[in-house]
Amino acid sequence: MIYDSIVIGGGVVGASIARYLSLYDISVALLEKNSDLCTGTSKANSGIAHAGYDPIPGTLKAKLNVRGNQLLRELAPQLGIDLKNNMAMVLSFNRDDELKMLYERGLKNGVSGMRIISHDEVLALEPNINSEVTAALLLTTSCIVCPFSLTYAMGENAEANGAKLLMEQEVIDIKKCDNYFIIKTKCDEFKALTVINAAGVFADKINDMVAPHTFDIKVKSGEYVLLDRSEGGLVNSTIFQLPTKEGKGVLVTPTYHNNILVGPDSVLRDDRNDNATYADGLEKVMESAKKSVSNINYRSIITSFAGLRASTASGDFIINEPVDGFFNAAGIDSPGLTSAPAIGEYISDIVSKHLGRKKKANPILNREAIARPSVLNRDERNALIQKDPRYGNIICRCEEISEGEIVEAIKRGGTTLDGVKRRVRAGMGRCQGGFCSVKVLELIARECGCRMEDVRKNEKGSEVIL
Amino acid sequence: MKEVVIIGGGAAGLAAAIACYDAGLKDILVIERSQFLGGILNQCIHNGFGLHTFKEELTGPEYASRFIKEVERREIKALTSSMVIDLEPHRVTYVNSTEGVNTIETKAIILAMGCRERPRGALNIPGFRPAGIFSAGTAQRLMNIEGYLVGKRVVILGSGDIGLIMARRMTLEGAKVLAVAELMPYSGGLKRNIVQCLDDFNIPLLLSHTVVNIEGKERVEAVTIAKVDSSRKPIKGTEKRFECDTLLLSVGLLPENELSKKAGLTLSPVTGGPIVDNSFSAGDGIFACGNVLHVHDLVDYVSEEAALAGSQAAKYVKEGFKEKEYIKVSTGFGVRYTVPQYIQKGCEDVMLRFRVTDIFKGSSIVISSKGNVLKKIKRQVMSPGEMESVKLNFKADEDILVEVVNE
Repeated sequence: MIYDSIVIGGGVVGASIARYLSLYDISVALLEKNSDLCTGTSKANSGIAHAGYDPIPGTLKAKLNVRGNQLLRELAPQLGIDLKNNMAMVLSFNRDDELKMLYERGLKNGVSGMRIISHDEVLALEPNINSEVTAALLLTTSCIVCPFSLTYAMGENAEANGAKLLMEQEVIDIKKCDNYFIIKTKCDEFKALTVINAAGVFADKINDMVAPHTFDIKVKSGEYVLLDRSEGGLVNSTIFQLPTKEGKGVLVTPTYHNNILVGPDSVLRDDRNDNATYADGLEKVMESAKKSVSNINYRSIITSFAGLRASTASGDFIINEPVDGFFNAAGIDSPGLTSAPAIGEYISDIVSKHLGRKKKANPILNREAIARPSVLNRDERNALIQKDPRYGNIICRCEEISEGEIVEAIKRGGTTLDGVKRRVRAGMGRCQGGFCSVKVLELIARECGCRMEDVRKNEKGSEVIL
Repeated sequence: MKEVVIIGGGAAGLAAAIACYDAGLKDILVIERSQFLGGILNQCIHNGFGLHTFKEELTGPEYASRFIKEVERREIKALTSSMVIDLEPHRVTYVNSTEGVNTIETKAIILAMGCRERPRGALNIPGFRPAGIFSAGTAQRLMNIEGYLVGKRVVILGSGDIGLIMARRMTLEGAKVLAVAELMPYSGGLKRNIVQCLDDFNIPLLLSHTVVNIEGKERVEAVTIAKVDSSRKPIKGTEKRFECDTLLLSVGLLPENELSKKAGLTLSPVTGGPIVDNSFSAGDGIFACGNVLHVHDLVDYVSEEAALAGSQAAKYVKEGFKEKEYIKVSTGFGVRYTVPQYIQKGCEDVMLRFRVTDIFKGSSIVISSKGNVLKKIKRQVMSPGEMESVKLNFKADEDILVEVVNE
């Protein structure tokens, strides 16, 4: 068969594009090289739906950031995305003129709900902020969002609308023949009328398979430390420092699930797979965050990680059609997570016009998130347990995750330890899977009908038991 | 209304339950989150348990089964596969598959939740995050309960007892343990484990060393260890790279007190456990014992302490709360903490347990009050890896100070 559209890359951008395309009368397949969605840039970032004060006015970034923020807030209840409107503030320490410039830039970008607040107001809202703060830009549309839940929501909704999500399909060649493309992967071959490149840090390689070389992706690593939920409440809004040429700087933010996240830095890496953390990098991140909040309890760190962003020389997103029917969504670094739905909307609009297709008459616009008994009230929780007793059997004690949730995560494609963790947080807590990982291994083996030795942490070669 | 609810059915919870019963309580409930009673003892299949309690060398499961039999003989009610999710004084809320969420009222509560292992993340070890990194206890569970050897070439970071035991266990099962690296200049484990688990198998113990890099995208491929200076920072140029497929972490145990916090208890920043008096009361009818209170080296001491806590909880249930006066136990040079931290005024024969801050040879433990030495005990060696116990065979009337004095 010839697909109408093939999306390359199963990160949040690829999944969002697939989701928006699937709302049209368009047959869609998504090809992901890894064994699950959300395994690259999308899995390791700040998890912020940025307001849009930072991008340069007139750029795609500015436009799609502001639109993405709006879309995310609309979509969250429909698609079961873990999103909370917690607001953000950019702190100034005697650089109030720059704050004013940011505010004006935000206005130009169409950001609503901004205002500059005084030292006293900052501390009234966030008492743990460094008291030397002179003023702050308050951003009331800023949200925290769980990047996993966003990516899986997009992917599952795309599937519900008929899209095929194909894992372990690393694209190795693309050829244009007449009016369609042949896309070769390591084990298969696909045909499609249109191809959308959302390959993240490898997007230039994909582009070069079929289009003239016009851009290079440079990989920048951002390192983070994550603190125990016991530190929740240290700050309630997302705390930025004034941006520098390196980016938006180190932030201190609660996560949707009440941890405190500190990071990132921004370091160029030669190896596109180098998502290791480095001692000096982590140290700098921790030191730099103290400027915003001096009393961060780093003894409560439960994990550290690094994420890779695809940056380009232009600094803007590259969304174009270098070859008739081949579209790039490349160079999607920050605010990529926020912009993802807007990129999906934007590209699907262009692609549907290219294909001459209309919206589906009755697309599925809602998606049910995996039930989370620990946040239900007692009656709802007991009703759920009565219906399915597995929701009463706690497997991950730190995050209070039940067997029912884990089984559902496995059913929805989380067939690795990390896949389960990203979907329902088993192993995401303070013991980092020390207690529950063995039980999760057993559940995966049971549900998938495989041996314990076959269960992986993530990709091939990551079997937990040797 | 229950008389006492015991949270945790491991070594501490079982001993506490038996003591409650023997002190006259009948309406006792033990709540255990796992499917079986016995706790972590079930995966500790090595011997050395019970030397003090039974004058025998038992394995963990054997030691646990003796207590489980006593619990069963007394027909003490135990709910397994049930997890306590909320706690207030006199109110325990748990969830399981059959009852859903349920809250019960109780006159007293005994905390016996044990501890958890410190994970990799808490150490900020740089590098990749591949498969093959396990806390020693997780590897022990996979090995001894599930029957899987987790790796073939192993490096262990931390010389906690579980790590030492696993060094021997994995060696006996055919794995090659290349080295045990310990950040501190001394081991965190028992001397007997260093001898029996490392020395006997020629496994090198690298003191003042830590892991500075982990290689491997999918599975651990190599681990780099470096020497550290006196401020525990790695020294450049001392790196040694070990090709291996597994890194075990045995870098400390943390009392699991999230529930205690929900109940409003104050935790000691040193032990990580509740602050208690010599009846193991943390206030409001809540008692604590075992590793949730402070991390023990020997299970025998856990049982002993839990039995005391159980009998004191029973006394509280029968006699009700009585206002008491307390003396404070302070720590001086060389003493990290003591349990209990407070003693009811006038009590005699209180057992004080504590850990020292460093290795001391030929030093003395001195207990004094206002400068008057009440007790002085000379010890050949004291080490942070081994818990010290001192019985206060005098009446406690005034605040006391516990310290190490070098001769």
